[in-house]
Amino acid sequence: MSLLSLFVLIPLLMLLGLWMAQGMKQIRAVMVTGASLLLGLSFVVLGGYLSERAAGNTAEMLFMADTMWFAPLNIHYAVGVDGISVAMLILSSLIVFTGVFASWKMDPMPKEFFLWFCLLSVGVFGFFISIDLFTMFMFYEVALIPMYLLIGVWGTGKKEYAAMKLTLMLMGGSALLLVGILGIYFHSAPEGGTYTMNILEIAQNQMPIGAQRLFFPLTFVGFGVLGALFPFHTWSPDGHASAPTSVSMLHAGVLMKLGGYGCFRVAIFLMPEAAQELSWIFLLLTGISVVYGAFSACVQTDLKYINAYSSVSHCGLVLFAILMLNQTAMTGAVMQMLSHGLMTALFFALIGMIYGRTHTRDIREMGGLMKIMPFLGVGYVIAGLASLGLPGLSGFVAEMTVFVGSFQHDDTFHRVLTIVATTSIVITAVYILRVVGKLLYGSVVNQNHLALTDATWFERVAVVVLIAAIVAIGVAPLWISNMIGGSLAPVVEQLLK
Amino acid sequence: MSMEYAVLILLLPLVTFLLLGLVGTRFSARTAGLIGSGVLAVVACLAYVTAWNYFSMPRVEGVRVPVVPLNFEWLHFTDQLHIDLGILLDPISVMMLVVITTVSLMVHLYSLGYMKGERGFQRYYAFLSLFTFSMLGLVVATNIFQTYIFWELVGVSSYLLIGFYYTKPEAVAASKKAFIVTRFADLGFLIGILLLSYFTGTFSFERLTSGDASVFADAAGVTFLGGSVIAWAVALIFIGCAGKSAMFPLHIWLPDAMEGPTPVSALIHAATMVVAGVYLVARLFPVYFFQAPEVLVMIAVVGAFTSLYAAVVACVQTDIKRVLAFSTISQIGFMMVALGVSGMEGHEGLGYMASMFHLFTHAMFKALLFLGAGAIIHAVHSNEMKYMGGLRRQMPITHLTFLIACLAISGIPPFSGFFSKDEILAACFEFSPWMGGIMSFIAALTAFYMFRLYYNIFWAQPAVHEPGHEPHEAPANMTIPLVILAAISCVAGFIPFGHFVSADGQSLTTHLEGSVAVTSVVIACVAIGIATVLYRKGTNPVPAHLAERFKGLHKAAYHRFYIDEFYQFVTHRIIFRYISRPIAWFDRHVIDGALNGLAWSAQRLSYAIRGLQSGQIQQYAYVFLLGTLIIVVLVLWV
Repeated sequence: MSLLSLFVLIPLLMLLGLWMAQGMKQIRAVMVTGASLLLGLSFVVLGGYLSERAAGNTAEMLFMADTMWFAPLNIHYAVGVDGISVAMLILSSLIVFTGVFASWKMDPMPKEFFLWFCLLSVGVFGFFISIDLFTMFMFYEVALIPMYLLIGVWGTGKKEYAAMKLTLMLMGGSALLLVGILGIYFHSAPEGGTYTMNILEIAQNQMPIGAQRLFFPLTFVGFGVLGALFPFHTWSPDGHASAPTSVSMLHAGVLMKLGGYGCFRVAIFLMPEAAQELSWIFLLLTGISVVYGAFSACVQTDLKYINAYSSVSHCGLVLFAILMLNQTAMTGAVMQMLSHGLMTALFFALIGMIYGRTHTRDIREMGGLMKIMPFLGVGYVIAGLASLGLPGLSGFVAEMTVFVGSFQHDDTFHRVLTIVATTSIVITAVYILRVVGKLLYGSVVNQNHLALTDATWFERVAVVVLIAAIVAIGVAPLWISNMIGGSLAPVVEQLLK
Repeated sequence: MSMEYAVLILLLPLVTFLLLGLVGTRFSARTAGLIGSGVLAVVACLAYVTAWNYFSMPRVEGVRVPVVPLNFEWLHFTDQLHIDLGILLDPISVMMLVVITTVSLMVHLYSLGYMKGERGFQRYYAFLSLFTFSMLGLVVATNIFQTYIFWELVGVSSYLLIGFYYTKPEAVAASKKAFIVTRFADLGFLIGILLLSYFTGTFSFERLTSGDASVFADAAGVTFLGGSVIAWAVALIFIGCAGKSAMFPLHIWLPDAMEGPTPVSALIHAATMVVAGVYLVARLFPVYFFQAPEVLVMIAVVGAFTSLYAAVVACVQTDIKRVLAFSTISQIGFMMVALGVSGMEGHEGLGYMASMFHLFTHAMFKALLFLGAGAIIHAVHSNEMKYMGGLRRQMPITHLTFLIACLAISGIPPFSGFFSKDEILAACFEFSPWMGGIMSFIAALTAFYMFRLYYNIFWAQPAVHEPGHEPHEAPANMTIPLVILAAISCVAGFIPFGHFVSADGQSLTTHLEGSVAVTSVVIACVAIGIATVLYRKGTNPVPAHLAERFKGLHKAAYHRFYIDEFYQFVTHRIIFRYISRPIAWFDRHVIDGALNGLAWSAQRLSYAIRGLQSGQIQQYAYVFLLGTLIIVVLVLWV
């Protein structure tokens, strides 16, 4: 039994526990225990990983396990982690943990809600530990499908429309992805022999360039849809706006990272030549995402729409940096995934808490909330400052690594695009300060709001944990950037070959 | 010599910030204020010890060598490029440590009285500590990226402090404006850093300013629109400096920033943060001088224009804090000009030294002016001149200290401003008589508007105050800082500044330039004389006549030549209405519309073909027969 398989096993046991649980108390007990175990486990894996590396273990993936699953197609259940997956596992477990606290008072049908929530977690964790394309794809789908129900049943506003739109668009991406993965599979043994789904084995052999040209765009766009790649990002504003709090958190915080991670792990890692050839097209698209998302966010009036567009911009930067194909920029991309995951989860958590009190998300109908709920207000300001890249919070280190890394490219085209992307830091400041000014400062707009209360203890847990993580990365970024950068070395080697 | 204790200068304010920020509300307001001020007193002492130790170190070949007591890697980009955090002690950073801690300590003490009874007193002290920490971190930076980090942090501290009265819409708008304008300028700074580091492969100040030409070897021959790439890089960095130091046309945030509490204006928007731009140009001076002399000229021109513009505007403002704000902009212009006209070696580096000297003296007397203005505002509950007048009797200490500061800024000997301004003017005259002439004229304007302010506050016609609200002198914890700063303004001019700070690190002995000194004093006296005639009694009709006669000019100057309106137009009209809105519309209606259209057509299509699966056997049989018939026909005929 591999250590990593616990990441799948624990949520499965949580499902079992939930099924047997009676009443809200037991449901919460199951969820908190499970989420804490997952959080603990991810730190155990982190500790194990760092100590293995310190001891000089240079294997590409650690904690590997491999079981034959379906012999005729050579499909395995194969797991293993490198620094990037470890970072993603920590992110996911932090957000699952805080998501449980953010949906403490789930109503109606809490049991069913948490069942789907756990199933989604199975998919997410399974995806990040998989090194077999097929199991990876399977976990990916497992993570997507609960979304439909979570939004459609527990959402708000135009929830059926949003749920349908989101699912259809992501399924469209999956369709491309499936073709891409099959394509990779059938070109995994260019010199003869058995085809394989194992990522590490495929990377050993060079896929024929013709096949790469065909399947790189398919996989990149397939994953890119989930990573809010322009122009396939429009599921995001509607989806986020309609989703319940913890689902928004998990979706923006973790699911969108599946896209970036997949682009990197599958599209670029396995098809580096095509990536180099075709990256310019996607660089243009992601460059547009970065600026376009930020400008769109400037004029939104719904808090969730603002953050959804802000996510388009920030996740655009992730894909942008990945496509720069150098170690520093890619390190920045992974740090940006981590950072964006944490701060956007914090944003959505706070928006959910504010919405739960004021029953509106329209910034024109709110004002002066800082005086009424100082804790939530301060949390929102910190999230905002992280988002606009204040040093000392995670956004800054991630963005700066991306910008400096991207600017090291020898090609002028890439450097010019980098400069275009840097303009987003100003636009981000504009929309963040606009919201903070309207929502929190100034005078109270609605007198009924004066009677509202500040955060409860469980809300405080969620907010404090996320802020602590954001500050930790922002203050001491070196170890995490070294961990990620070290794992990227083989990829960069692959690119230079 | 080991100077590891210098780390404490940074750490103590940070710890205070965390303490007051996290658990500040557990303390009483008084305790929080005392903690903040006490810690700052310790920090100031440490800074003085550091300065003493540093300047008493022996010179190496006549040059003061920098000391780096601490430097560690904070974030790794590539093998060459990594952000280090560290402490660099050299003449200018040590001088800044002294300036920042002194003014900050005075402001901390003063605020005990000024902010008494304010809601959020603990928060105020937490933010002051955060600001002090960030500003100190900025000046001791060992590399340009560290500067950028702390640059952003002072920006956010300034944002938080301007918006301290967050329920007041003007304060919120002003804080937002300050942050966004400087953020825009920082974009230039960031791109400048990217360019500079790409071509030199280093962030380190030590490498960049070493004078070693090989650092810039990679950039040789790389040009863009006629300028060398290094010139572009440092010009972009100067945009960042212009934003922070409120140079035209990025100055618009500073007058609005006066919405913050007055002690904050004294600390951040007069003495320390706004001179960060000057400091950074000085820090990178060798790069500017050797690699991009044309940019230095640009800096001088921008500085001179800003200085003139702000001085003219200051002459007609009626809000006393705004007069001081424009005066600050004008004085920073002086410092920029001095750097712009400076050379490197020996006496040619006079401008550099004069700039730093003026930075030092200006910090003291301008902080004094703002703190004095705070005491006045506290007494009359208004910023407008018309509610003041005749205050010299009710507020004798404030009056005297304010007068000293006015004399200092006007350049009257023996007050500190005379010496530093005189050296700036001397450097300007050496550069070009034109520059010297313009700057002398601005110096005269300075004396004029300062004394216009002074007479309107302390002489003129006393305003009518409600009974029971008569103005009275500020409490001791507010007047003591005034007295201390006034004392410094009296004696600081006699510091042999060139002995401590100079462009090339060698000792620079300066002597008064007789002709320049006499001219500048004479014109300052004339300007003060005019102001006396016009404003002392407050009944002279000439100012009103002049305002009427030159109505257009007066109105334009009062409205700051409509620069703000122009920005308003650009941001609201262009960015919001012509960029953001269309993009948002495009996203909802074109991109999303296309997807919805796709979904809609899929649905229509499925409705359309639904009829084919009706489940009626007769219909199927009919279609089957028809199909067979068609095939038969096709086979036979084709």
